[in-house]
Amino acid sequence: MIDRRLLTNIDWTLAGIVATICILGILNIYSATMPYKISGTPYYLKQFNWMLFGMCISLAVCSIDYHLLEDLSYWFYGFLVLLLVAVLVVGRRSMGATRWLHLGFFNIQPSELMKLVIIVTFARYFNNFHVVGGLSLRDTLFPLGILTLPALLIMKQPDLGTAVLVILIAVSMTVYVGLRWSTIFTFVAVTIPLVWLGWTTFLRPYQKNRILDFLDPERSRLGSGYHIIQSKIAVGSGGIFGKGFVKGTQSQLRFLPEQHTDFAFSVFSEEWGFVGCLVLIVLYMSLVLWGLNIARRCNDRFGALLAVGVTAMLFWHIVINMGMVIGIFPVVGVPLPFFSYGGTSMITSMVGIGMLQSISMRRFMF
Amino acid sequence: MIEQRFVREVMESKRRIMFLSFVVGGVFFLLLLRLWHLQILNTEDYRAMSENNRLRFVPVAASRGAILDRTGNVLVSNRPSFSLAVVPQEVTDKDALLDRLSSLLGLDRAEMSERWSKVKGRAKYYPIVLASNISRDQVEIVEENRLRLPGVEIEMKPVREYANGTLASHLLGYIGEVSEDELTRPEFEEYNPGDYIGKNGIERGLEKELHGNDGGRQLEVDARGRVLRTISETYPTVGNSVVLTIDAAVQKQAERAFGDQAGAAVAMDVNSGEVLAFVSNPGFDPALFSGKLPAAKWKDYLEDKRHPLENKALTGQYPPGSTFKIVTALAGLEDNKINDSSTVNCTGSYDLGTSTFKCWNKHGHGTTNLKKSLRESCDVYFYQLGERLGVDLIAATARKFLLGAPMGIGLNNEKSGLIPTSEWKQKRFGKRWFRGETLPVAIGQGYVLMTPIQLASMIATVANEGTIYRPHLVKRIVDTDGKPLREVKPEIMGRTGISPEKFRLVKQGLLAVVNEPGGTGAMARLYDVRVAGKTGTSQVVKMRDSKAGTPYQYRDHALFVAFAPYEKPEIAVAVVVEHGEHGGSAAAPIAARIMRAWFDGKKPAAKSPRARSEDDDEGDAPATSGGARNEETEHD
Repeated sequence: MIDRRLLTNIDWTLAGIVATICILGILNIYSATMPYKISGTPYYLKQFNWMLFGMCISLAVCSIDYHLLEDLSYWFYGFLVLLLVAVLVVGRRSMGATRWLHLGFFNIQPSELMKLVIIVTFARYFNNFHVVGGLSLRDTLFPLGILTLPALLIMKQPDLGTAVLVILIAVSMTVYVGLRWSTIFTFVAVTIPLVWLGWTTFLRPYQKNRILDFLDPERSRLGSGYHIIQSKIAVGSGGIFGKGFVKGTQSQLRFLPEQHTDFAFSVFSEEWGFVGCLVLIVLYMSLVLWGLNIARRCNDRFGALLAVGVTAMLFWHIVINMGMVIGIFPVVGVPLPFFSYGGTSMITSMVGIGMLQSISMRRFMF
Repeated sequence: MIEQRFVREVMESKRRIMFLSFVVGGVFFLLLLRLWHLQILNTEDYRAMSENNRLRFVPVAASRGAILDRTGNVLVSNRPSFSLAVVPQEVTDKDALLDRLSSLLGLDRAEMSERWSKVKGRAKYYPIVLASNISRDQVEIVEENRLRLPGVEIEMKPVREYANGTLASHLLGYIGEVSEDELTRPEFEEYNPGDYIGKNGIERGLEKELHGNDGGRQLEVDARGRVLRTISETYPTVGNSVVLTIDAAVQKQAERAFGDQAGAAVAMDVNSGEVLAFVSNPGFDPALFSGKLPAAKWKDYLEDKRHPLENKALTGQYPPGSTFKIVTALAGLEDNKINDSSTVNCTGSYDLGTSTFKCWNKHGHGTTNLKKSLRESCDVYFYQLGERLGVDLIAATARKFLLGAPMGIGLNNEKSGLIPTSEWKQKRFGKRWFRGETLPVAIGQGYVLMTPIQLASMIATVANEGTIYRPHLVKRIVDTDGKPLREVKPEIMGRTGISPEKFRLVKQGLLAVVNEPGGTGAMARLYDVRVAGKTGTSQVVKMRDSKAGTPYQYRDHALFVAFAPYEKPEIAVAVVVEHGEHGGSAAAPIAARIMRAWFDGKKPAAKSPRARSEDDDEGDAPATSGGARNEETEHD
């Protein structure tokens, strides 16, 4: 199945950046989970296994010609929407939300898969939709429709974080295709009343609280505002060079919530300081810019659209997570790709990397 | 043209990639700017905050609801208990602190040290309990030496207090720390390790009502542990109290009547199913179980051949013996095999095929009708009736009383008893039913098993002529101020469908058992109330003619079921005395004393209920005590 000629074309820059971030992530998880006295396999080892598994999946994805995705995209879309409906009907509740679908032998989180499927669907649609001078308002109606349906279903779960990500990915791809100024103005004019409506009817109290806490962390120091304050203390007390590996007091004394998952970057900032953060941010920036570079070099529109979509997915995860940790975004459960503990995020991100590889490797074939 | 369009489109795309790249670069630059702001410009502030980050969580345990009897006597309540805790984060020299604590308070250093090192994986500001249940004097000493004991705290938490010692211990149950196994179950989803839960009895059955919700305070303290401010506080909500249907005075008399004997008794309101006494003897001390049970005591409990830890009223399954003749008689009446005038000649034994079944009276009862058969508990009469009915017709009548299944009294682990049928035997042993096996069933031996709850329910149903009330222990739930929250209404589980005339024929026999010459239950007689009942003696092993030398564990069980008053029944009682040998002599007096206590309690208050329950310490007052009393009983 794997074409030998293709393997020689593997994008080592991309692979190198991802592997470096993964290794830093595993070291960081080792430190973050030190204070947890757990029995069984330690988290950092599990994360290592997830990384290996993710790399295998990535390799499998890159060996597939991405043009195959174009033919299957609408089928994927339809299937995923059905799964999202199924989650609402028969899914398992955990922590007040229904996100998982149990298939007996394994569990899937359709909302997570939707991030990838929306990329493929939008790429397919815009590939056949040629436009010069930007999309008019009428041109956006169909994509808006195929975005709204899954976004609403995900919000209903309720999983605001994922819904926002799906929307941001779709918007990023649309911006890449191009919008007329008139379209942009109209959207702004329509969105503001919609946001108001959403606030009053759709958001759950805990979601509203998170946003309010973000706007004013002193509002409740123990509620979700507590997370933001503790995280800021962790990051700020790191200083220039940090407190050293496994020496962060905030994390070792367990003041931080979910410090091996969503707040992993907080632990890293405390222990490695500004210098460490600079290195990590440069790595992530290189990853995103390299993704855009792959899109730029790609000679067919579908591939370029896919590359932009995957890059947008990674970019928004990174920005929202880091922004949350350093107190410029509200607390939403968005993991830092390759860095936060967790198999679901690792696999989704690695599938994305596999797609980027697939596009990068095949650029010489046309 | 199309070519040109395409080129323009590609050019535009590439331009936009450049644009997006700049945006990306800008956003990452903003992130770095923010990090600069936090980690370089303001790092001093944050570092100070992280060093002074001394949040503390002080849990405030909710006090558990009380348990009261039907008249409002407190059976279980709480008293404050103090424990010594330490906040690890504030301790610099652990060894020195332990030394100081053990010399000041005289506590075991090794044990404190062990408790300390056992707690892992919790935030360092979370207090660890080093010693529970310390005295008020020790609390004083800690308070006086506060400055020399950094990080040490006194926690107050309520513990269970049992007002009457071992009274109704099986019924009340005890509480203990929630186990890891229990924590994984959905019903304990919201519990934390270290929480106390009801382990059995009412404490377990009504855990959700009694528990309440723990609260806590998140505090910010300075480096010396002084509280700077309270960040947030959630108040504990006290659990609700449970008012039982039990009458403590009746319960007390019942337990006293058993003395050292092992056994169970259930007394029930005939017209509602409210359980008035629920006895399993011997009892245990529930207070011992909420703390650390001394090993010696534990051993005593385990080795006592009377099994004090077993709730015999709930889980004991006994052959009902002759008390089951009530069911057999009703089966015969239902199927028109007998009527009140049909007779059997008892010669002292009954032959079936090659076997001979003996009556307990080897001289025989002579010509015996239904009334006499019950009064004198003639086995031959019921052998013959059983033979004519067959096991399945007897079982059908037993089912009308809902026997053979748990009654749903509301406690965990209630047993179902056993009513054998031919089908059951086929399924269980793969063998057909033999005719000879029906005869023991007719007199409540063989495979038949009943729990004391079922025995009480059966006799109550006979007393009210056919209505089966669900036996229940809880009368109402009240809040801490005693305001009723929920009333438990009597629930009719079913009706037997047997006509009152047939019940009356049997009841006349039961009246004769207690009140006529030759009756086996004379010791249950009360001077002012007419009692009806039935004795039973059930074989533990086949050793019919054994003398007094039989070892304890092989002696027969003694049973007695009764109700009173005969004319307008109020109370039904079932008593099982394990290895008590004779229902008439061992069990009947206990039943009498339970009924005596109930009717005395109903008398116009010459004494308050509380006084009554406390002054009867004489112990063995005969069942017919009370002297010359007037007829006032009838009025209330």
